[in-house]
Amino acid sequence: MIPELGHFALALALALSFAQVGLGLYGAQRAEARLMAATAPVAAGILIAVGAAFLCLVWSFLSNDTTVANVVQNSHSAKPWLYKISGTWASHEGSMILWVLILALCGGAVAGFGSNLPSALQARVLAVLALIAAGFLGFILATSNPFDRVWPPPADGQGLNPILQDPGLAFHPPLLYLGYVGFAVTYAFAIAALIEGRVDAAWGRWVRPWALAAWSFLTLGIALGSWWAYYELGWGGYWFWDPVENASLLPWLAGCALLHSAIVVEKREALKTWTVFLALLAFGMSLLGTFLVRSGVLTSVHAFANDPERGVFILALLGIFIGGGFLLFAWRAAALTPTGVFAPLSREGALVLNNLLLCSIAAVVLVGTLYPMFADLMLKEKISVGPPFFNTATLPLAAPLIGAMGFGPMLPWKRARIFPAVQRLWWAALLALGGFLLCLALEGYRIGPALGFAAALWAIGAALADVADRIALFSRPRAAWSRARGLPRAAWGGALAHAGLGVMILGLAGMGLATDRLALLKPGEATTLAGLEYRLTGIRTVPGPNWTARRATLEVRDGDRLVTVLEPDKRSFTVNRMTTSEAAIHTTWVSDLYAVLGEERDGGAVIRLHHNPLAPWIWLGGAIMALGGGLSLSDRRVRVSAPSAKVARAGARA
Amino acid sequence: MTKKRRRLWVLLLCGLGLGSATALTLTAFQDNLVFFRSPSDIAREAPPPGRAFRLGGLVEAGSVTKQMGTDGKPDVRFKVTDGPSAVTVAYVGVLPDLFREGQGVVTLGKLGPDGIFRASEVLARHDETYMPPEVADALKKTGHWNPQAGAAPPAATWNTLEPGKAPAGRSGS
Repeated sequence: MIPELGHFALALALALSFAQVGLGLYGAQRAEARLMAATAPVAAGILIAVGAAFLCLVWSFLSNDTTVANVVQNSHSAKPWLYKISGTWASHEGSMILWVLILALCGGAVAGFGSNLPSALQARVLAVLALIAAGFLGFILATSNPFDRVWPPPADGQGLNPILQDPGLAFHPPLLYLGYVGFAVTYAFAIAALIEGRVDAAWGRWVRPWALAAWSFLTLGIALGSWWAYYELGWGGYWFWDPVENASLLPWLAGCALLHSAIVVEKREALKTWTVFLALLAFGMSLLGTFLVRSGVLTSVHAFANDPERGVFILALLGIFIGGGFLLFAWRAAALTPTGVFAPLSREGALVLNNLLLCSIAAVVLVGTLYPMFADLMLKEKISVGPPFFNTATLPLAAPLIGAMGFGPMLPWKRARIFPAVQRLWWAALLALGGFLLCLALEGYRIGPALGFAAALWAIGAALADVADRIALFSRPRAAWSRARGLPRAAWGGALAHAGLGVMILGLAGMGLATDRLALLKPGEATTLAGLEYRLTGIRTVPGPNWTARRATLEVRDGDRLVTVLEPDKRSFTVNRMTTSEAAIHTTWVSDLYAVLGEERDGGAVIRLHHNPLAPWIWLGGAIMALGGGLSLSDRRVRVSAPSAKVARAGARA
Repeated sequence: MTKKRRRLWVLLLCGLGLGSATALTLTAFQDNLVFFRSPSDIAREAPPPGRAFRLGGLVEAGSVTKQMGTDGKPDVRFKVTDGPSAVTVAYVGVLPDLFREGQGVVTLGKLGPDGIFRASEVLARHDETYMPPEVADALKKTGHWNPQAGAAPPAATWNTLEPGKAPAGRSGS
C-alpha cells in the first residue's frame, strides 16, 4: 500500500510540474497576476508530493518491505537502521528521488522566500525549475521506478554493498546533490533573465546567494567524498581523478567562476552575458555529471547501473536543457547590454582572469574525462587517462590562479595600480618564499611539495593581509576592532574561503611528502616508518552486526613512548559474500598514521603503512572554504530580504 | 579605455587561456595516455619498453604464487590470460579484496625486458560478478566467449580451449 502511495505521489508531482510550467511561462508572458500568484502554491504542492514519495521509500526501507524490488536489491533486515535510511539513496532509483526532492526543496525555497522578487521573474524561475523536475520525474517513472514490486517476495534482501555502509555515504550524496541542484536554480534564473532580456544588479543579488550556497554544499560534498575514499577504500589516496570525481569537480569549477562573476554583475553591472553563460554552464556540468554517473557509460567505483535506456533518457534531458539553454543564449544574449566599464587591471579584471583560468581548468578536466569515451567510440581504442595527465595539465593553470587570488581582493574596482597591492602583499610573498626554501632545505630537492607549500602560505598570507588591510590593523590599530565588527560578513567570508583553499593546498603539499611501507609481519615483529616503530602484537577475529572481521593490533611507538594503537581490520560480510578492508587511522593533526591489513600468510600478515603529513588539513581546508561561503551567505546584503532592506533604508533617509 | 580596446583585451585573454589549455592538454596527452593491451596484443606486438600501459584479462587459475622479495617485501606473481596468450605479472603490494583466481583483473604497469609485467596497481572491481569491459572485449576478440551464450566460462579452462571456437556458456542454452 505505502509503495503505491509513493508511486502515486510521484505521478502527482509530475502532473503538477507540467501544470507549473504552463502556469509560470504563460502567466509571466501575458502578465496575468493571478496565474503568476498561483505558481508559489503549486511549487509547495510539488514539494509536498515529492516529499511524500521520498518518505514512502524511506518507510519501505525501514520496514524492510521485501516486495519492493529496490529494497530487495539494496537492503537487508540485519543492516543497522542508519544504513537502512541511507540505503534509500544508495541505489540508482533512490538517489534520483533524492535529486528531485532537493530540486523540489529549491523550488519551495524560491517560492517561500521569493515574495520580494518581481513576480514575472519568480514565475518564470519556478516554471523552469518545474520543467527540470518534470524531466527527472519522467525519467524516474519511465526507467527507474523505485517502487517496483516483486512477487513472490524473497525471504530477505540482498544487502547493501558493504563499501556503501558507512556514515560518509549517508551525507556525501545529499550534500553533492544540494550542490548540483542548487545550480539548477541559477540556471532557472539565467533562463528567466534570457526570456526577459534583462540582467541587472538585483538579478545578481539574487543569483549570487544561490550560487554561493550551491558551491558551498558542493565543496562540502566533494571534501566529504574525498575523505570517505581516503579512509574507506584503503588505498591511502584522497583523489584519484576518477571520472565520477571529475564529474563533481566540473560543476564546482564552473560554479566557482559563476560565484565570482556574479559579484561583478551585482556590484558593477558588467560581465552580464558571461555570468548568464556561466550559470548555464554550471548546471550543464551538473547534468553532465549526473549523466556520466547514472548512465553507466563510465566504469568507475560509482557505476551502479548499466542500462542503455537510462543513458539515452538522461542524454536526451541533457540535450534539451543544455542545448535549449545555449540556443536561447545565442538568440537572446545580445539583448543584455553591459553598462559597467573597467580597465584590464582592476578588481573586475582580476575576476575575469579568475573566470578564465577556472574555465580553462574545467575544459582540461572535461577533455581528459570524456576523451577515453570518444576514443572508444570513434577510434576503437581502449585508453585511460590517469592522474599524471590531470596533474601535468591542470597544475600550470592552477598556479597563476592562486597567484592572482592574492592580488584580486586588493585591487579597487574600475581601475587599479599594481604597486599599492604589492606594497600590502610583500610579506605574504616573503612568507611563501620562506616556505618554499624551508621545504627544500628540510625535504631535499622536492620541487612539487615545495611549490605547494609556497602556494598555500601565499593564499593564507594574502587572505590575512586582505583582512588586515580592510580593518586598518597596521595603519590605525586602535580603530581596528570596531572596523572589524563593521566589516561586512561577505568580506570575512571571502577571505576565509581563500584562506581555506590555502589550508587545503597545505594538506595537498603535505601529502606530496607521504611515505609508505609494505611489510610482512609476524606477531611480535616490528617495522619502522618515518621514525615511528610499528609492532604487530596480534591478530584476532571480531564479530560485528552484519560482518565478522580479522583485526590486527599494531602498537606505534616513538622511541619508548606509546603513540597509539592501530587496529586495521578486514571484514567479511556474510549476506553478499564480500570482504572490505577497514584502514586504521590515527591523526596527530601534523600527520596521519594509516595502516591497512592485507592478506595473512605463514602465520603473519601483510601490513601496508602510510605516513601522510598534513593529510587532515585537505578536508579541513574544504570545510573552511564551505564555512567561508556560509559566512558570506549570512551577510545582510546578500540575504534574500536584501531589496526590502534597501527600501527600508531609503525610507529612513527620506 | 574605449570599448573596442577593452573587447580586444578580453579576446586576447580568452585566446591566451584557451590556447594554453589546449597546449597543456595536448602535451599532457602525448606522455600520459594509457593504452589497454590484452595478452594477445602483447604477443602480437611488443609494446614500447618503458611505457606504462594497462594489461587486463583473467587471472589464470593456479598461477598465483606468493613469495618474499629480496628486499623483504611481499611479492605476488600471477598470470593474466585471455585464452591464446598469457603474461606473467609481478606485483609488490596488498592485493585488492576482490582479487581471486579466475576473475577479471586490470593491472597498470610496465613490461620488463624479461617479459614480466611489473604492475604498480592491480584493480579488481567491487562486485564479484563484475567483468571489466576491456577484459570482456578482449575475450570476445579471441573468440573465447560469446556473450549471448551466457556467462564467461571458468578461467581455468581458457588456456586449453581452441581459439576461434566460442564455447557455450555455463547456462548451456
